[in-house]
Amino acid sequence: MSTQHSRSAARLMISPSVILLLAWMIIPLSLTLYFSFLRYNLLMPGANPFVGFENYTYFLTDPAFFTALTNTLLLVGGVLVITIIGGVLLALLLDQPMWGQGIVRILVIAPFFVMPTVSALVWKNMFMNPVNGLFAYMAKAVGLQPFDFLAVAPLASIIVIVSWQWLPFATLILLTAMQSLDSERLEAAEMDGAGPFARFFYMVVPHLSRAITVVILIQTIFLLSIFAEILVTTNGGPGNASTNLTYLVYAQSLLQFDVGGGSAGGVVAIILANIVAIFLMRMIGKNLDA
Amino acid sequence: MGRITLDKVAKRFGEVEVIPPLDLTIEDGEFVVFVGPSGCGKSTLLRLIAGLEDVSGGEIRIDGQNATEMPPAKRGLAMVFQSYALYPHMTVRKNIAFPLKMAGMPEEEQKRRIDNAAKILNLTDYIDRRPGQLSGGQRQRVAIGRAIVREPAAFLFDEPLSNLDAALRVGMRLEITELHSRLKTTMIYVTHDQVEAMTMADKIVVLRAGHIEQVGSPLELYRTPRNVFVAGFIGSPKMNLIEGGEAGKHGCKTIGIRPEHISVSPTEGMWKGRVGVSEHLGSDTFFYVHETGLREDMTVRVSGEVEMKSGDTVYLTPDMDKLHRFDDAGLRLS
Repeated sequence: MSTQHSRSAARLMISPSVILLLAWMIIPLSLTLYFSFLRYNLLMPGANPFVGFENYTYFLTDPAFFTALTNTLLLVGGVLVITIIGGVLLALLLDQPMWGQGIVRILVIAPFFVMPTVSALVWKNMFMNPVNGLFAYMAKAVGLQPFDFLAVAPLASIIVIVSWQWLPFATLILLTAMQSLDSERLEAAEMDGAGPFARFFYMVVPHLSRAITVVILIQTIFLLSIFAEILVTTNGGPGNASTNLTYLVYAQSLLQFDVGGGSAGGVVAIILANIVAIFLMRMIGKNLDA
Repeated sequence: MGRITLDKVAKRFGEVEVIPPLDLTIEDGEFVVFVGPSGCGKSTLLRLIAGLEDVSGGEIRIDGQNATEMPPAKRGLAMVFQSYALYPHMTVRKNIAFPLKMAGMPEEEQKRRIDNAAKILNLTDYIDRRPGQLSGGQRQRVAIGRAIVREPAAFLFDEPLSNLDAALRVGMRLEITELHSRLKTTMIYVTHDQVEAMTMADKIVVLRAGHIEQVGSPLELYRTPRNVFVAGFIGSPKMNLIEGGEAGKHGCKTIGIRPEHISVSPTEGMWKGRVGVSEHLGSDTFFYVHETGLREDMTVRVSGEVEMKSGDTVYLTPDMDKLHRFDDAGLRLS
């Protein structure tokens, strides 16, 4: 890739895929933007007049919007906290030499391969169901009233379900990071008088900081757009107790058939995701430089 | 204070006996070097003393106190690792302060000790940098600094110079020796480099396959190696070990003669041979001599510059007073 000739050849060769990818992104984005400025409701066919920022005003002043925003942040934050703390602890456990290590590691990764709809349905029907669920059975076995998770604590239940899916991912990345920790460094700390807890907090945690950054960044991207788990378990309810932004956009455009409002919501979600991304990059991006 | 006694200490990994029971006493203030080829168990022995490995049998006593079951931190020993094992997320100051902080020492005392160590090791200029910004030699100093602030009963060095380049290694070797003469603390030093062993040690322990082959001062080992292994291991270039008929003439299985104890003449001598490779170092010249009529090729070391080319005929004469004789079991015959 050094001569002028080979450089232009290279550009020519990659241009089809670059153009395709660009089109793939630009067309839906510009259409969404375009729709967001129209009064465009599938129940009212006919003219789709240009209405300026009306859809935005409508979406942003909707009381459900702030609930959805709070729910989105709670969902992302909750899952991040659970997966990172749980992931570090599980990685510590799996890092210990033990019998059947290979099989245990594969089993731990397994939830990541289960489709979100399937795992959410399994949780809903087999674990959290107040009549037939395993948790209800356990509660009854010790003489307690079964707890209706999805009705009483819908958001918390969804956080648990999503955490269960993402825990393996965090564990895997943190485990590989942990294995790259120089054992001599731990031994040096041991000689220096650091007990197990001091070794963990002074040696292991700082060593993991970069891997934790990666986990936070990647998970945040995916967690901002959680949808399937909500759709198959609570449908955003009761009321809008478990509605996040993605689900609100869906409800707007496909339950109320308001394409214009939904598009405006989509654009708002894009802007919010970018704000979160900028904050994340500012806050922890410097961890990646060092 | 740092008198370390090993009493029938053994180490097994599963079925494999890495170190058969051995006894060794290290006196207070001594600089002891464990030397031996790779895999001879010298690092394992050091780690047993440090407490990083459990012993499979026997007893370790530090200043008369049984330390066999003590955790590493309680033994009062400080270790310098081959990879330096610095904490990359901490500054040099925090690295050195770490053992003091773990011991819960008051801030002022910490500061006094760190400044003192930094002065001894010339660390003051980069005390606020991180290990990643330091050169190999500087990192080595930080690792030593982290060891000396604890004022331990003994220092343990695990091949500390093997990651440095040759010039730096000679410099650090001197610094460590000077440090020892200043602190007068017991030091145990593991290396595979017999030059380091010869130059630094008060006492050398030669190990092979977990066995102690010989213990003694550098010159004792040089003058009177107890067996063929020590004879071949100590000294550079290696001692010439000759078996067969020539050895038979001296009534033994093997004779050994050091390259520096052979005189070279172009006209007359005991063994006639042909020069193969010659290495001119300026101060010394090494000849590798073939076709001597002996089974082995000979290495000869001559002081100064000697004009002799590959293919020249030479006559070699060993200094009979400095001939080493070994019996069938490889043991020295006096």
